[in-house]
Amino acid sequence: MQLTLWTYEGPPHVGAMRVAAALQDVHYVLHAPQGDTYADLLFTMIERLPKRPPVTYTTFQARDLGGDTAELFKTAARDAYARFQPKAMMVGASCTAELIQDDPGGLAKALNLPVPVVALELPSYQRKENWGASETFYQVVRALAGPNAPAKDSAREARPAGQRASCNLLGATALGFRHRDDVREITQLLNLMGIDVRTVAPLGATADDLARLGEADFNVVLYPEVGALTAGWLTRTFGQPATKTVPIGALATREFVHEVAALAGIDPSRALADVHSHSPWYSRSVDSTYLNGKRVFIFGDATHAIAAARVASAELGFTVVGLGTYSREFAREVREAAKLYDIEPLITDDYLEVEAKVAELQPELVLGSQMERHIAKRLGLPCAVISAPVHVQDFPARYSPQMGFEGANVLFDTWVHPLMMGLEEHLIGMFRGDFEFHEDAAPSHLGGPAREATVTPTAPVSPAALPATAQKALADWAPDAEKELRKIPFFVRGKARRNTERFALDRGLPLITIETLYDAKAHFSR
Amino acid sequence: MSPVIPIRSAATEGCSDAPVLRERGQREVFCGLTGIIWLHRKIQDAFFLVVGSRTCAHLIQSAAGVMIFAEPRFATAIIDERDLAGLADVNTELDRVVTRLLERRPEIKLLFLVGSCPSEVIKLDLSRAASRLSGRFSPNVRVLSYSGSGIETTFTQGEDACLAALVPNLPASQATAPTALMVVGTLADVVEDQFMRLFAQLGIGPVHFFPPRRAGAMPAIGPNSRVLLAQPFLADTARALEARGAKRLPAPFPLGAEGTTLWLQAAATAFGVGSELFDRVTAPSRERARGALTRHRATLAGKRVFFFPDSQLEIPIARFLARELGMRLTEVGSPYLHRQHLAEELTLLPAGTTLSEGQHVEKQLDRCRAAQPDIVVCGLGLANPLEAEGFTTKWSIELVFTPIQGYDQAGDLAELFTRPLLRRLKLVA
Repeated sequence: MQLTLWTYEGPPHVGAMRVAAALQDVHYVLHAPQGDTYADLLFTMIERLPKRPPVTYTTFQARDLGGDTAELFKTAARDAYARFQPKAMMVGASCTAELIQDDPGGLAKALNLPVPVVALELPSYQRKENWGASETFYQVVRALAGPNAPAKDSAREARPAGQRASCNLLGATALGFRHRDDVREITQLLNLMGIDVRTVAPLGATADDLARLGEADFNVVLYPEVGALTAGWLTRTFGQPATKTVPIGALATREFVHEVAALAGIDPSRALADVHSHSPWYSRSVDSTYLNGKRVFIFGDATHAIAAARVASAELGFTVVGLGTYSREFAREVREAAKLYDIEPLITDDYLEVEAKVAELQPELVLGSQMERHIAKRLGLPCAVISAPVHVQDFPARYSPQMGFEGANVLFDTWVHPLMMGLEEHLIGMFRGDFEFHEDAAPSHLGGPAREATVTPTAPVSPAALPATAQKALADWAPDAEKELRKIPFFVRGKARRNTERFALDRGLPLITIETLYDAKAHFSR
Repeated sequence: MSPVIPIRSAATEGCSDAPVLRERGQREVFCGLTGIIWLHRKIQDAFFLVVGSRTCAHLIQSAAGVMIFAEPRFATAIIDERDLAGLADVNTELDRVVTRLLERRPEIKLLFLVGSCPSEVIKLDLSRAASRLSGRFSPNVRVLSYSGSGIETTFTQGEDACLAALVPNLPASQATAPTALMVVGTLADVVEDQFMRLFAQLGIGPVHFFPPRRAGAMPAIGPNSRVLLAQPFLADTARALEARGAKRLPAPFPLGAEGTTLWLQAAATAFGVGSELFDRVTAPSRERARGALTRHRATLAGKRVFFFPDSQLEIPIARFLARELGMRLTEVGSPYLHRQHLAEELTLLPAGTTLSEGQHVEKQLDRCRAAQPDIVVCGLGLANPLEAEGFTTKWSIELVFTPIQGYDQAGDLAELFTRPLLRRLKLVA
């Protein structure tokens, strides 16, 4: 039993939902009690998807437990097929349904539905969201592409001369951190190299697309947390090689271009010659010298954390003082990466442990998930978000990839922006101890402590300090009305005070009572 | 031919006898654990420990949205495979987790062990665990338990279960004590204070609010207690209070000027307040609410509203929208329809309103699309998809988290409905 305040990952069936919601024509029937439908709002509110995720929940109740929950499942699955007419179905259990052991896979099989049905076994009490997404993607691909597998040991046919090389992009899901934009960026890069992207999966793929995954020449694994397992199976089954480099950062993107070019049998130099990448030059420009040795703490999923450490160290000249992940499945990779920076990695999904580490290290910049953003805010540290778990702000309206050359530009901007600007830091150094340019001054382009000062002057203004006209006009506040005013949230309190005073002024009321306060509220409410 | 001619009683007005469409199927609602989000804000020295799965932890954190505190006063003890395989005695594990928690948080005076779907299914006896732990940690901490599981509770029923668990622990009032009023159901502090002032002006007292703001301030209960429900979802709590001798004052709920007046009237009648005093005390507030509603009426009158089930507040809110703002009701769905507690509400609801209880979300969406309402009240999972289909929606959860009760919030409640409609007008295609 583990005491948990905040969790980095949801349960594994939420990972399965991320795959289902990414696919076009696959429906997921989830044996689950009332309440598990909360997961829908992750997709409709955080990612703002305009459709409900394609998931049917059986919604069993306590009174069903003595009766026939299996029949309830069968009815739900049959109805879901009839209503949505998917090309394939996934069936499985959430944590509670796992305990009642109804075997959704067997029950669905008995329905003899005319489409492939993939039974998911996602152990909720051992595993988490990313594992669930990975396993689901693998099971669905195996079920749909498996029948098209070539005979064992048959050699892969060489690509006919003159035909462009093709690949699939694997691992992008619904509710992924910038997946939508990464897919666009990497697709553009590959097209520029003369490589066709046949299928992006799961994001946007149909059941038919999945069945034909084996037709591409190779696979690009964008997010190993979700795509590596499937890519390994495709390598074994179809002889398709897969990329190892995750193209986050300008250096890694260049390596990725070389790796892909080798797989496709083409020359990378043309693609690299055309690259418009600002970040390496900005990083070399003289004002960036102030970035030297900034102490940075990094935490996130393994892929983004490892990549961020490399970019921070090699491309921005920061010093990585902390590196960690909540992805236990990739702990080995993170341990290897931490050796490069001579630090102890932090492998944990305990939020309090991460907070304690940040407090202990006192970095100058935190690169993490939304959880670390809260930690940094509390500790007053600059922070940029580099990884899931996601938040509505991680789905910006603008194009904002993390991968490829444009992604490297985005990283430069988003990581450097929370810091003091170069020339500003320089001035502070020059006028050390000056009353304005002092070490504790906040970056001038960001809100911060300065804002606090404008919020606090709620202290009563002495009437003597006011000009005579104002002094005459303002009504006094009765003590209980003043007290009532304090119950109004601070961010609208100022407005409530001004409105009430104006209201009293207009009516020539000498004293503001609680009644006046609410009369004014009713008057101005709109 | 029977000589008995059926006589329509006074109670059979409005929707008192209206048929109810009862449905079973996928429910797009939260489970009772969600109540922790407002309960932990209300009882300021209580801690809520869910004994459940990662799903429970994820649900509360997702429903709480951006409310991330360093160390919130709620947490989940996540059951893992060792607990299920019997390798670890679950009770020993639970004791360990609670001990660690209470060492860390010495300011906690009241700890709720909150049951979940998994803990119910594996039949983990949390009430025994609570009494065991209470014995160990008293008098510093009292440990109680209730179930917020989705297999037993829908959304606001979590609060009902929590309050019902508190009732046996309320002190008994003296037999000779004067008649006291107990207002039951979580209200925002500002709303409580408004009601407190009105009760004082009416000469009604002593008045206690339940749940109280601090664990140490539990009100006494007994035959001299008069219970006025402030929320429509408190079936078990009311039953438990009645079992301790309290008398429930039947009334509509304090939503809108009319609901608030009738609600206060129920208390006034029970405490023998004269009608002249009642009118004098409530008149300014009623007038103010009327003024605040007038503006909204212009936007809302004649508009058709459809309610998906969510909090059990649907019927009182629908009554308010229909009678005070002139809106037209299409379907009013509620997760659970408590005929007795809602009797006064149903009488006021316009005849011919379609009532539904429970949910089959797909069929209900079909009915909603056929009805083409001007505004749909629904949960967060449905709101954006319906907006994308061209409907205007109001998230129902805001009706639970916003202070909407009482005269001075009537305008705010109406505004929750005008805001999405005005926004749609503002945005040019």
